[in-house]
Amino acid sequence: MTVETILFYVFGILAVVSALGMVLNTRNTVASAMSLVVTMVSLGAIYLLLEAYLVAVIQIMVYGGAIVVLFLFVVMLLNLSTDEFPPGRQRLIKFAFVIAGVVILAQVLIALERDPLLAAQPAAVPNGFGGYRQVAASLYTDYVLLVEMASLLLLAAIVGALILAKRKID
Amino acid sequence: MLPMDHVIALSAILFTIGVLGVATRRNLIVMLMSIELMLNAVNLAFVGFNRIWSQVEGMPVIDGQIFVLMVIAVAAAEVAVGLGILLSLFRNRDSVNVEEVNLLKW
Repeated sequence: MTVETILFYVFGILAVVSALGMVLNTRNTVASAMSLVVTMVSLGAIYLLLEAYLVAVIQIMVYGGAIVVLFLFVVMLLNLSTDEFPPGRQRLIKFAFVIAGVVILAQVLIALERDPLLAAQPAAVPNGFGGYRQVAASLYTDYVLLVEMASLLLLAAIVGALILAKRKID
Repeated sequence: MLPMDHVIALSAILFTIGVLGVATRRNLIVMLMSIELMLNAVNLAFVGFNRIWSQVEGMPVIDGQIFVLMVIAVAAAEVAVGLGILLSLFRNRDSVNVEEVNLLKW
């Protein structure tokens, strides 16, 4: 096992544990948001190991920074009381947990089986792979329309969020 | 070199945890966070598959990472609008529990 592989398992286990912590923590929503930060940063580290450097930086900036801070703001703004799993649905929720446990176990077993197509060593990446230069060259030539659409979407989201969060439109 | 099948398995496991969160929690904020978790799982699969097929006939291929950037942009927009809806919901109902939002339920 190389250092990279060990780091991948460490960050992968960290991501899964903190994701479970986010979903299962019913007492404290702020703690859920903090678990989400840990998941996002672990995923950013895994992107680095996968040699997607620009995506890793953006993952940590946008998810670890902006999005989770937005969540924390709203959680602290609303001053939420503790919330439980809904009392009338205990059997349904147990059923959901059993199903999810079985699915995750099956996924682990399938991963341990080592699919030959995926377990093959991927070729070494070309020079400059995943850096800003290559991403930008692709983004602003082949996908320039997509960039324009993303900017329109973000504008619509800004206006929509403003209107929704405003107390009264005058 | 990373075990690529384990990368894809990690993505699948994170997606399952996200589905579990949306299915079981009734706090709208945590449901939104679980949706973010699912989007991130898909991003991980995109980056992993892009790493496997990083070049085609000598030409570098980066399309998977472009998709990830677009997913991140859409996720940011979705969170902004979702939290706006949540704020106005809290103003009207004094709660973010989805069980109490049942006007459209049949």
